[in-house]
Amino acid sequence: MASPGASAIRDKLRKQRRTLQETFVKLKHEGDDEQALVPSSGLSEESQHSTMNETQSSEDDPGETLKRTLRAQRQMRRKKLLEKLSAQNSPVEDIEEIPSVPLHSEDEGTGKISKVPSLTSLASKAPKSRASQQSDRFVTRRLEEKLKAARSQGESLRLQEASVVAAGRRRDRPKVTRSDREVDSDADSSQFLPQAASTRVKFRGPTEPVERNRVTADEAYNFFTINFEVQPEEKTSKKSRKSSKERKREEAQVQEEEDEERSQDPSQDHDEDEPLVQDEDGNVFVLEQTSKDFLEVKSAEYIGLRAFAVRHRPLIFTPSSRTVPTSAKLPENMTPRYLEDEGLYVGERLTVSPSNENILENRILRMEEGAKWFGDDGRIISLPDPIKESSSRPPLFHMEDDLDPALQTFYMKPLQSKHTNLSICAADAVLGDYQLDVDVSGLIFSHHPLFSREHVLASRLAQLYDQYLNRQRNNLTEHLTDKLNGLRNTMRNMLEIHSEQNLSQALQQRIVEYSMEVKNTRELRDGEQEKDRTLLKSLVKVWKELKALREHQRFINTPYKLFLRRETVDRESDEREYEKDILSEVWELEAEAEVDYQTKLSEYKKQLDEWKAWRKKQKSKKKKRKKKAQDETEEDDQEASEPEGPPDEGPSKPDTPEKLELDTIVKQVREKAARIRRKPGEAILIPELTASGNVSEGELCPRGEVARRHEVARRFIFVKILYNDKEVSQTNSFPLNPDFRVHFGQIFNLRIVNCPRSITLQVFEDLGSLYTMLAEVYVPVPPSSVLAGNSSIEEFEFSSNQREMFDHEGVGSGVPLSFTGDASDNVILLTSGKLSCCVSWGVGEDNVPLAPPLSQHPGAHHGGQYDAVSPLAPSGNVKKIGEWAMQSRLDPNDPVNASVMQMLKVASSGQVSAPDFFRLEQLQEEFNFASDEELARSRRFRLLALRSQEVPEFRNYKYVPSREREVSEKVFQGYEKRLKEGEMIDTKEHLDFHRALVAKYLQKIREAVIHRFLLASHHFLLSDMVIEEEMPCFGGARLRRVPDRHLRDSTEFLEMRSPKLLKMTGRAEMLKILGLNLFHLAEPKRPLRPQRKERKKVTAQNLSDGDIKLLVNILRAYDIPVRRSQGGKAGPSPQGAIQGSDWLVNHVQVRPFVEVSFQRNVFQTTTADGPNPCWNEELQLPFRAPNDDYSVASLQSVKDEVFINIFDEVVREMGARENGESPQTRVEKHWLGSVKIPFSTIYSQSRIEGTFKVKTPAVLLGYSKERSQPNAGVYESVHSLCQGAFITLFITIEPLLQPGESIREKIKELKFDSQEDERLLQAAERFERAAAEGFPGRPCATTAVDLNGKTVFITRYIRPLNPPPEIMSDQPQEDAIQVARFVSLIPSLPDKVSFSGICDLWSTCDQFLMLLAGDEEEHAVLLCNYFLFLGKKAWLIIGTAVPEGLSAYVLTLEQGRYLIWNPSSGQYYGQYDTFCPLQAVGCLVNADNVWLNIQEHVSPMRISFDVSRGVGWRPFFNRFFTHPGLSSVQPEELVYRGSDKTAAVELQERMEKLLRDKVMEWRPQRPTRWNRYCSSALKHFLPSLEQCAVALGSGAHDLAEGHRHELENLLGDNRISGFPLHMAFSEMGPIVEAVHSTGVHTIQTSNVEFALAVYVHPYPNNVLSVWVYLASLVRS
Amino acid sequence: MATSNPSVFLLSVNGQIEGANFPCYDDLYCKYCFVYGQDWMPTTGLEEGITQITCKGRQSQKLIWNFPLDITFKSTNPSGWPQLVLSVYGPDVFGNDVVRGYGAIHIPLTPGKHKRTLPMFVPEPTWRLQKFTSWLWGRRPEYTDPKVVAQGEGREVTRVCSQGFVTVIFNIIMKDMKKLGYDSGPSTSSNAQPCGTASGWSTEEQTNL
Repeated sequence: MASPGASAIRDKLRKQRRTLQETFVKLKHEGDDEQALVPSSGLSEESQHSTMNETQSSEDDPGETLKRTLRAQRQMRRKKLLEKLSAQNSPVEDIEEIPSVPLHSEDEGTGKISKVPSLTSLASKAPKSRASQQSDRFVTRRLEEKLKAARSQGESLRLQEASVVAAGRRRDRPKVTRSDREVDSDADSSQFLPQAASTRVKFRGPTEPVERNRVTADEAYNFFTINFEVQPEEKTSKKSRKSSKERKREEAQVQEEEDEERSQDPSQDHDEDEPLVQDEDGNVFVLEQTSKDFLEVKSAEYIGLRAFAVRHRPLIFTPSSRTVPTSAKLPENMTPRYLEDEGLYVGERLTVSPSNENILENRILRMEEGAKWFGDDGRIISLPDPIKESSSRPPLFHMEDDLDPALQTFYMKPLQSKHTNLSICAADAVLGDYQLDVDVSGLIFSHHPLFSREHVLASRLAQLYDQYLNRQRNNLTEHLTDKLNGLRNTMRNMLEIHSEQNLSQALQQRIVEYSMEVKNTRELRDGEQEKDRTLLKSLVKVWKELKALREHQRFINTPYKLFLRRETVDRESDEREYEKDILSEVWELEAEAEVDYQTKLSEYKKQLDEWKAWRKKQKSKKKKRKKKAQDETEEDDQEASEPEGPPDEGPSKPDTPEKLELDTIVKQVREKAARIRRKPGEAILIPELTASGNVSEGELCPRGEVARRHEVARRFIFVKILYNDKEVSQTNSFPLNPDFRVHFGQIFNLRIVNCPRSITLQVFEDLGSLYTMLAEVYVPVPPSSVLAGNSSIEEFEFSSNQREMFDHEGVGSGVPLSFTGDASDNVILLTSGKLSCCVSWGVGEDNVPLAPPLSQHPGAHHGGQYDAVSPLAPSGNVKKIGEWAMQSRLDPNDPVNASVMQMLKVASSGQVSAPDFFRLEQLQEEFNFASDEELARSRRFRLLALRSQEVPEFRNYKYVPSREREVSEKVFQGYEKRLKEGEMIDTKEHLDFHRALVAKYLQKIREAVIHRFLLASHHFLLSDMVIEEEMPCFGGARLRRVPDRHLRDSTEFLEMRSPKLLKMTGRAEMLKILGLNLFHLAEPKRPLRPQRKERKKVTAQNLSDGDIKLLVNILRAYDIPVRRSQGGKAGPSPQGAIQGSDWLVNHVQVRPFVEVSFQRNVFQTTTADGPNPCWNEELQLPFRAPNDDYSVASLQSVKDEVFINIFDEVVREMGARENGESPQTRVEKHWLGSVKIPFSTIYSQSRIEGTFKVKTPAVLLGYSKERSQPNAGVYESVHSLCQGAFITLFITIEPLLQPGESIREKIKELKFDSQEDERLLQAAERFERAAAEGFPGRPCATTAVDLNGKTVFITRYIRPLNPPPEIMSDQPQEDAIQVARFVSLIPSLPDKVSFSGICDLWSTCDQFLMLLAGDEEEHAVLLCNYFLFLGKKAWLIIGTAVPEGLSAYVLTLEQGRYLIWNPSSGQYYGQYDTFCPLQAVGCLVNADNVWLNIQEHVSPMRISFDVSRGVGWRPFFNRFFTHPGLSSVQPEELVYRGSDKTAAVELQERMEKLLRDKVMEWRPQRPTRWNRYCSSALKHFLPSLEQCAVALGSGAHDLAEGHRHELENLLGDNRISGFPLHMAFSEMGPIVEAVHSTGVHTIQTSNVEFALAVYVHPYPNNVLSVWVYLASLVRS
Repeated sequence: MATSNPSVFLLSVNGQIEGANFPCYDDLYCKYCFVYGQDWMPTTGLEEGITQITCKGRQSQKLIWNFPLDITFKSTNPSGWPQLVLSVYGPDVFGNDVVRGYGAIHIPLTPGKHKRTLPMFVPEPTWRLQKFTSWLWGRRPEYTDPKVVAQGEGREVTRVCSQGFVTVIFNIIMKDMKKLGYDSGPSTSSNAQPCGTASGWSTEEQTNL
C-alpha cells in the first residue's frame, strides 16, 4: 500500500490533524457541547473501538514521543477512571476490525510508510520556512530515532492508552470531518467517507452487534428519547454534565497543564503535540459519560468565579504590550529587509505609540496568517501618513490689527448694476436688443498633420509669396530709396549753395544731422533690399525644391506654380543709375569716414598730449630717485617706465587712428551692392504664384499618398462660437478640402443680453466620431461703430501643439520632418492656420444699429486686452521646474511630488496631450445597467427618471407600468407641450402679446423660485421631524397645546370630520395638561360662552383624495337687492299678483339663496325670504388637489376660487295648458351678486370669518338696490360710505391643514442677500422681533424682498409717482378715485399662488406696471405713490384684512378724516366704517419711517392714526437711529404707453365670440338663441357704464332705470333679467369662470333668448377694464 | 388572470407582530402601518392597525401581542419596496400615553418564513430641562408622523434613544416577480438561521415562551 496515493492520504491525515488541533483550541470551551455529541455510554464505547485502529497511526507520529513522560504522570491521576473503563475494554478489542475496514487498512498502510511522507508533509507544513533541505533531513533523522525509542517504550502503554486516546479521537472525529469537508471536500471522499457521513445515528449501525448483548436501561431510554438531533441531545447531556462537577474541575486542570505544555513546547514539535493533548483531554470527557451519570439528578451547581475565569481563559486573550522580537514577526531565518536602505520610497509612517503598536503586533501574531500583516522589515504594513506637513492654506501671519491699514479688507455692499435690471425683463428685450453678427467665412491651414511633403513646401512657398506680396505692397525699399535720394539731393543742394561761404554754425549742425539721417536711411534701405533679395532667393529655392520633389515622387499634389516674370531693363540707364548710387554711397561713406577720422584724430591728439605730460612727470621723478639711490644706472630712460611702469597709473600711449582708404570703401560698397542688389542690367524678376497646376489623380499616386488623401477626405472641420465663454453656436461640419481650406461662410446672429467680454472661436476637427479641438481663436469685441455693413473680414492665425503622426504620406505635426535623407534640415511643424472671420454689430430692419451705446459695455475696450492674453507657453516654466527638481533632489517616488514628476515627464517626452482631466468615478461605466441611449429611448425609464426629478407632471405619478409597451406616448404629451410652450408664446391663450410675454416671464420666475423651494424642502428642521412640547412659559401660563398623536389616525379622522365646528370647551385646559383627563367629564356641556376650539392641524403629507373638504358656513346677508315691481308694464306678469300681495307686507320681495361653487362643484342653500335673509347653513365642498399632490407647496399654488353667488329664486308659472291642467311652475334663478374668495387665501388663513361686501353688478335689471327705508335713518351715518349687499360667512378647511408657514420661515432663514447696510438690517430684525414678541398678531414689515431676491428696506418703495395723465382731471377728489380705480384694474395675482407661498416678492411700480400682475402690496404701494403725487398725505397700512389675511392698504388724510383705501378693489372706507375689510392695523409706512402700532387695539375704528404724537406709534427711525437717507428703489418717473384702442376692440371681439361659444357649450341640450337687438342695445350701454363707474358710481341707480326703460322700449314684452359684469383683465379663464358662475346659462325655458355684449375699455399701459353684459330674455 | 405576461407582481405578506421586549415599560400597545412607494398598491388587507394593550406576565419579561398581519401588495416596480413601520405606545408614570418606540423594517425580499427583530427608538428632547418637563407633563417628543422612520430624509436633525425590540414574523409569498425579470434570490427559509443582531435575545426569549 506504499503507493503515492497512500502517501497523499497520509498527508491529508496530517492536515486534518492540524485542523483538528486548531478547532480543538476553539472548541475546548464548548466542552459541554462536545460531550453532547456522545449521547450514551454505548455510543462512547463504539466510538472507542471504531477509532482504535487509528491510535496506531497516531502513535506512529513522531512528535508523540516527547509526550511519553508527561503522559505517564497523567496516567496516575487517571487511574481511577481507567479502572472503570477496563471492564469494558475486552469486548472492544474483540471487534477491533469490524467498524470500517477500508479505513483501518489505509491507516495501517499509512503507518508503514509514514516515515518518508512525513518528511514531505513536515516540509509542506512549514512552507514559509526558508530553511534548507539539509536541516530538514537532520530533523527527520532525529525524529526517526525518537520514533523508534518511542515505539519500544510506548508498546507497553499502548493497550491502555489506545482506548483512552481513541475515545477522545473518536469523539473529535466527526468534527474533524465536518470541518474538513469545508476545507477540501474531495480529500475526505477517499479516506473519510465512512466517517464523513458519520452522524452519530449512522454510527450506531456497525456497533449494534456489540451492544446487543447488553442493552442497559439508559440505552433504552436513549433509544426512545433520542431525537437524532442536536438540541435534545444537548439537553440530556446537560443533565449529565451537571451531574459531575468534579469532572469539570479535572478538565480545567488538564487544560491548564496543556496550556503549560504548549507554551513550553519547542516550536518544532508544536504541530504534533496538540492532537495528543486533545486526545487525552477528550478522553476525560468520554470516560465520565458512564451510564450512571445520565440517571443521576443533582441540584444545580455553582461555578466559582475563579473556576469560571479559568474556564474562560482560553477564550480570552490579553495581548501583552511587550515588544515583539523581529524574528517572531518574520518568517524564519529571514533577516529584515529595509526598503528604505534599498532606495525605495517609503512614506513616513503614522506615529503610533509603541505600546499600542506592540499590542497590535502581539494580537496579529496570534491570528491565523498573522504574518501577512508584517512587511519585510518586520513592521506592520501601513500606508504612509496622509497628513500634509504644511497646511495648504497659507497661514495668516498677521492678525487684523497688525495689518497695514491700506491692506485692510473692508466689506462693501455689492453695487447693483443697471444691466441686471436691463436683462431682467423679457418684455424690455423687444424694445432694445443688441445683436452681434459673427461671420465665420473660412479657414486655411498653413500646416496640417495630413500635409504631404509637397504640401509643406507648397505652403512654405505660398507663405513666402504672401510675404513677397506683402512687401511688394508696402514697397519699403522703393520708399526708402526715394527718401535717400531726396535727402541726398537736399544735402547736395545745401552744400552747393553754401559751399563758397563759410558755413554757419547752424548750417553745419544741419548738415551733420542730414548726413546722419542719410546714413540711417541708407542702412535701413540696405536691410530692406537684403530682405527682398533673400526672399526672392528663397522663393526660387523653395520652388526648385518643390519641383525636385514633384519630379522625385512622380505625382503632383498641389496646384501651385511659380512663374518668374522677367522685366528687362535698359541696361545703360540701369548701370548708370547703379554706378551713381554706388558713387554717392562711396562719397558719403568717405565723408563719414573722414568725419570719423577727424574726431578720432582729435581724440588721439588729446590723449597723446596727456600721455606726454605724464611721461615728463615720470622722468622728473625718476631723476630725483636716481639722485637719491645712485645705484641704478645705465638703464634706458625712455623705457624705464615700461618695466616698472605698471605700478604707476600712467595712461598708455594711444594708437594713431588709421584713415580709411578710398579703395577699401569702394570695395566694401561694391561687395555689399553685389550681395543685396540686383546686378545692373539684370532683368527684374517678378515671381507669380498661381494655383493653376493640375493635381495628379488618385490612381497615379502610390499607396501612401492615396491613404493620406483618404484620410483628408474623412476629416471635417467645424467652428464653435463661444460668447463670454459660453458656447452659443457652431458651424456645420465642412469637409477638409484637399488643399486644406475650409469654407464655412456662415453668419451667426447673436442676440445678446449680457455685456460682451470675449468672443472665442474654437476650431474643431471631426474624425468621424471623435472631436478634437485644434485651436482657440480669440476675436476682439468690435467697437460699436463696427456694423455689419462696414466691417471687413480679418484673418486670425491660430496654431495647435498637438502631436500627430501617420504611417502614410501625411507628415504629421509636432514631429520632426526632414526633406533630405540625412535629417540635417530637421524641422518640427505644428498644426497652424488662419481663420478668417468678422465680428460686427448687427443692423436692425430699419438700419438701426443693434449695438449698445458706448457706455453700456465697458468691457468692449478691454476686449482686446483679454484676447491678447494667450496661454502661457509652458516650455520655459517646465525647464525651470526641471532644474529646480534636480537641485532640490525631489524624491520621484513620493506621491506628494507625483504631479510635478508627471509634468516633467510629460514635458520631457514631448507628449503634450496629457489628459487634463481625471475621472472621479472611473468604474461608473461598469455599473450602468443600461446605456444612456437605452435610457433615453425607453419610455418607462424616462417616466421613472422624470418622476425622480420631481417634474411637476410626474411627481405624483403612480404605478409606473412594468413593461415598456404599457407606457403610452400620451403620458408625455402634456409635459412636452409645456416644454414647447416655454419657447413659444401662445398668443391665442392670452389675446395680447404683451401679456403673453409677461406671463412667460412670470412663469420663469416661478420656476426659479420653485426650484429654490424644492431644494429647500429637502432641508429639514427639527420641528419638521419631531413634535416637541415647547417650554412652557411659567409666568404667562401660555401653554401651547400639542396635537395628540394618534388623533392623526384614520380612525380619528372620522371623528374630526364631524361637522361640529363649535366644540365646547371649558377652562379645563390647565388641568388637562396635567394629565387629568377625567375633568373632561366635569366640563359643562353647554357653557355660557362657547368658544371655537382649536382643531388639530394635519400635515398634508398623509392626505389623499376626498380627505379634504371645504366647509362654508353661510350665516346671513344684508341689503340684498329686491325685485322691482314690473308695474307700469303693459302685460302684468304672472308674478305680479303675488308681488302685489306682498307689496302690502314688505313693499317688494326677494327670495335669495346662496350657491357656492368650487372646482365646478355647486352646492346651494335653502331659499330664504327678504332682503336681509338668514340661512345659517353649512355647505361641504369636496376638494381635489391638482395632480393629486397634497403637499404644502402644491396646495398653496391652487388657483381655484370659491364663488359664493347670491341668487334670487323666482317661481314662474308656465302658461296654463290647453287641457286645463293645473298650471306648471318653473323655477328660475337670477343672479344678484357674488363674493370670490381664492382657495389660497382660505388655505393660508385656515379660516375666514366675517362680513363681506357682495359684488353686485352696477345695473341689475329687474332689481333695485334701494333700501332707503325711513326707519333705517339711524344707521344712515354708518352706511354713508358703503353701499351694497353684505354677506356673513365662515369658511374653513376640514381637516385643518398646516399652512405652509414653516416653509416660509425656513426660506427666511436662508436669508436673502441684501444691499442694505448691515446695521439697518439688524435694526430691522430687532424691530420686527420686538413687534412679534410685544404685539403678537400685529403684522410688521420693515423689509421686503424685491424681484431680484434681495432684501430692501420698505420705505424705499414709497415715493411720489405720476399717475397716467389720461386719467387725470382737474378735481382732486375725482382724481383720487380715478387713480384708485386705475390701480384696482391691474389684475391681482397673489404671490402665494405664483410662488407656491414660498415668498412674497415686492416689485417696484414700474415692474408692476409692466408685469401687470401683483398682489395687494404692489397695488397698495402704487396707489400710495399716486396719492403722494397728488399731494395727499398717504401711508401704507400693513395689516390684516378679510379675506386676504396679511395685506396692505392705503391710508389717506383728507380734511381731517382718515380714509382707508382697498387698493385691489379701489374702494375706500371711512375710519369708522363698520364694513371695512381691514381688521387690524400692524404698522404704517411712508417714505420716511415705519411706525408700529403699540396701541391697545388693532381695529382701525378704535385706534388713532396720528403718528405725529408719539403715544400710539413706535417709530423705526428715532432720535437715536436716524433715517440714513435711503434712496428710493422706484424710478423717478413712470412712463406710460398710451392706451391701445385697436387692440382693445380686437380683444373685445374675440372675447365676445369666446363667451358666446362657451355659453352654447354649457347648454348642450338646448339650442341657444341670441337676441341681436338686445345684444346691440346692451353693447350700447356698456361704455356709459364705464363712464358711470368712473364718476363715483353715484348715478348707477339712475342708469339702471335708464337701461330698463330703454330695453323695454326696444324689446317690448320680453322679460329681461341681466346684469353687467365688470372685472380687470388678466386672462380669459377668469372671465369665463365668472360668467359661468352666474349661472345665466342654466335657464331651462325653451323660449329663452340670450344677449351678450362685451366692452373692453383700454387704459394706459395696457390696463384693460372689461365689461360683460349678460341678459336672458323670455318672451312672455 | 394567470397570463403569461403579467404586468404586475404580487407580494403577499402574512405574519404577526409577535411581541416586544421593552425592559422597563409595561402596558404597551403597538400601531403598525405600511409605507410603500408610488408604484405599489395594497390589494387586500389592512394597511394599518393597532394592537391590544399587553402587560407583562409575572415571570416573562416579554410582551406578547400576536397581532396578525395580512396584506397583499401589487406593484410594477421594486423601487419603494414596502416597509412595516411600528410605533409602540404606553402609559408613563403619570398615566399619560407616551411613545415608547419607533421602528421600521423592509418586508423581506425573499419568499418564505422570516423572523425579524426590530430595534426601536424614540426621539430625544432637545435639551435637558425639556427632558424633565416632558417627563413631567408626559409630552415626550414625537415624530410628526411615524412614517418618517421609514425614510432617510431629514433624520440628521434628530437625536434618538434606543428603547427595545419588537419581533415580527413574516411569511412571504410572491407572484410573477421572476416573470417581470426581477430575481429576488433563492428562497431561503430563514428560520434555520436566526437573523439580526439580537438573535441571541430572540432564541432566549423563545425558550421562555
